Amino acid sequence: MIVTRFLASREAILLGALVALLALIAIRFPAFVAPANLLRVFNDTSLLIILTLGQMVVILTRCIDLSVAANLALTGMACALLNVAMPGVPVVVIVAFAVALGAFLGAINGVLVWKLDIPPIVVTLGTMTIYRGTIFLMSGGTWVNSHEMTVAFRALPRATFLGVSMLTWIAVVVIALVALVLTRTPLGRAFYAVGGNPNAAVYTGIDVGRTQFWAFTLAGALAGLAGYLWIARYAVAYVDIASGFELDVVAACVIGGIAISGGIGSVGGAVLGALFLGVIKNALPVVDISPFWQLAISGAAIVIAVALNTRANRTRGRVILKSAEHVT
Amino acid sequence: MSISERHIPDRLKSPLETRLKSWESLLLLVAVAIFVLNSFASPYFLNAWNLSDATFNFTEKAMIAFAMALLIVSGEIDLSVAAIIALASTAMGAAAQVGMGPVPLTLIGLGVGLACGAFNGALVTGLGLPSIVVTIGTMSLFRGISYIVLGDGAYGGYPAGFAVFGQGYVWWVITWEMVFFTVLAVGFGVLLHKTNFGRAVYAIGNNPTAAMFSGIRVGRVKFILFLLTGLMSGVAAICLTSRLGSTRPSIAFGMELEVVTMVVLGGVSILGGSGTIPGVVIAAFVMGLVTFGLGLLNVPGIVMSILIGCLLIGVIALPRLWSKWRA
Repeated sequence: MIVTRFLASREAILLGALVALLALIAIRFPAFVAPANLLRVFNDTSLLIILTLGQMVVILTRCIDLSVAANLALTGMACALLNVAMPGVPVVVIVAFAVALGAFLGAINGVLVWKLDIPPIVVTLGTMTIYRGTIFLMSGGTWVNSHEMTVAFRALPRATFLGVSMLTWIAVVVIALVALVLTRTPLGRAFYAVGGNPNAAVYTGIDVGRTQFWAFTLAGALAGLAGYLWIARYAVAYVDIASGFELDVVAACVIGGIAISGGIGSVGGAVLGALFLGVIKNALPVVDISPFWQLAISGAAIVIAVALNTRANRTRGRVILKSAEHVT
Repeated sequence: MSISERHIPDRLKSPLETRLKSWESLLLLVAVAIFVLNSFASPYFLNAWNLSDATFNFTEKAMIAFAMALLIVSGEIDLSVAAIIALASTAMGAAAQVGMGPVPLTLIGLGVGLACGAFNGALVTGLGLPSIVVTIGTMSLFRGISYIVLGDGAYGGYPAGFAVFGQGYVWWVITWEMVFFTVLAVGFGVLLHKTNFGRAVYAIGNNPTAAMFSGIRVGRVKFILFLLTGLMSGVAAICLTSRLGSTRPSIAFGMELEVVTMVVLGGVSILGGSGTIPGVVIAAFVMGLVTFGLGLLNVPGIVMSILIGCLLIGVIALPRLWSKWRA
C-alpha cells in the first residue's frame, strides 16, 4: 500500500529521473557515481538545498521570494566584516548572528506582504536591489579576502565529523528541521492551508498574512545561514556574490514539484529538485560540456518541469466547462 | 487576504477633479519637482546636449515598458525581456560577423524578439502555465543560449549604417531613439485607450472569466500581448546594440526589474486591470531624470538601484499606508 502510493508520487518520478541521469553519466564516467563523489556532489549542493527549503515554504503560501540570494550575500558580507573587525568573536556567535540577520531581512519582506498587502513579487524584486545596494554601502565596494578572515571562521564548513563535512551535516539537519516543522507542527499545517485555499484558511482561524510573514522569516533565516556558510566556504566576500542564484533556487523548487500556485510540495521533492540541478552542474565539466551551458539547461529544466507539474495538477477535480479552465 | 470592494458612488466626480487627483498628475508634479531640484543641484543639468544624452537612460527601457504595461494590465507578466535583448543582440552580432548589412540585422533583431515572445505566449496561453514561472525559466533559457554562443567573448564590428538607431540624430539634439519612443508611446496609447483591443485587455485583467463569456478570445489577446512584448524587446535590442556597438551575453542584465518598476511607478496595478500609457510615459521621465541627476552628482549606479528599489516598494506602499491611516 505504502509502496504503491510512493511509486505513484511525484517524488518517485523525480527520483527515477535523477537515477536515470546518474546512470546516463555513469555509462561513460563510472567514477562519477562512486559513493565518495556522490557525497561530494551532495556537499556542493548543500547551500542550494538549504535555500530551496526556505523558498519552498514561501511558495507553499502562494508567495515567492526573489531576494534570497541578495539576503545571502548581505548576511555573508556582514559576517565577514564582523569577523575582520572583531576576530575574537567565536564562530557560534557569528552563525547565530547570520541566522538572526537573515531572519530580520526576511521579516522585512514578510511585514510588507502581511501589513501592506503588496504583491510578494514586487516586494522581493525591490528588496533584492535594496539588499544588494546595501552590501555596496557596507563594504564600500571592496572585497573581503581569505587572508583577512580568521582560520576558525573559514574552517567550519570544511571540518569533518564521522568523515562527512560539516556543510553536509548542516544541510541534513536543516532538511530534518524543515520536515519536522512542515509535517508535525500547526505552523507547518498552516503553510499548506494558506496556499491550498486562503479563504478556507481564514474560516478555520488561520491568519493568512501572519503565516506568510513566518514563511518569509523562515526563508530569510535559512538564507542568512547559507550566507555565512557560502562566505566561509569560498573564503571571499564581495557585492555580487551569488548573483542570480535566486533563479536556481526557484528552478529547484519547480523541478521538485512545488506548485507555484501554492499548497503543494514536499521536503523530499525540494531536496531532489536541488540535487537534480546539483548533479547537472557537477556533471557538465566531467562530460566535457562548457559551464556556459548551465544557465540554458536550468532554464529549459524550469520550463519543462512547470509544464509537467501543471499537467499533473490539472487532472484533479471535474472540469465542468472545458474551455474555461485555461482562463483563470 | 482582503477581498477588494468596488463602490458605486452616488454622484460622479467632475472630470476635471478626477483628472487633477489622478496618479498621473501626482507623478507629473514629482517629475517637475525633480527637474527643478536637479537644475539647482548641478550646473551641468540645464544643457540641451546633456539632457538629450540623458534620454538614453530610459528610452530603450520605456519601449519595452509600454508593451509590458499592456501585459500587466491583462494580468500577466514577462520577466524574460532583458534576456530577449541578450538573445536578439547575440543573433544580430553573429549576423554582423558574416557581413550582413543594417537592414537584415534589424529584421533579425525584430524576428528573434517576435520568436521569443511567441515562445512565451505559447507556453502561457497554449499550455496554461503561470507566466511568472514560465518567464523566469525562459529568462535563464534565452540568456543561457547567449552564453552558449558567446561564452566569455563578445561580438563587435557592426556595419557603419547600423549605428544610426542608437547614435543618430534626426535634427539638432533630437535622437532617433526619442523619435521611436514618441511614436511608440502614441501607438501604444492609442492601442490601449482607443481601440476594442485595448478594452479587451482591461476586461481580461479585471475578470478573465467574465471576459471570456462576453466573447473575448482571452488566449489570443494574451498571446498577441506576449508577441508585442517580445517585439518591443527586439526593438530595444536593436537600439541598445547599435548604441553600444558590441554584444556580450551579460548585455541589459537586470533590465527587467527596471522595466517592471517603470510600469508599476506609472500607476499600472501589478494585479492587473488598471493603468494608463501616459502614466508609464511620465514614470519613464521620472526614472530618467532621477538617474541622470544622481549621476551628475557622482552617485554610484548601485546606490541608484537602492533608490529604484525603494521607489518600487514606496509607490505601492504609500497609497496603502495613506488609506490605512485615514481609515
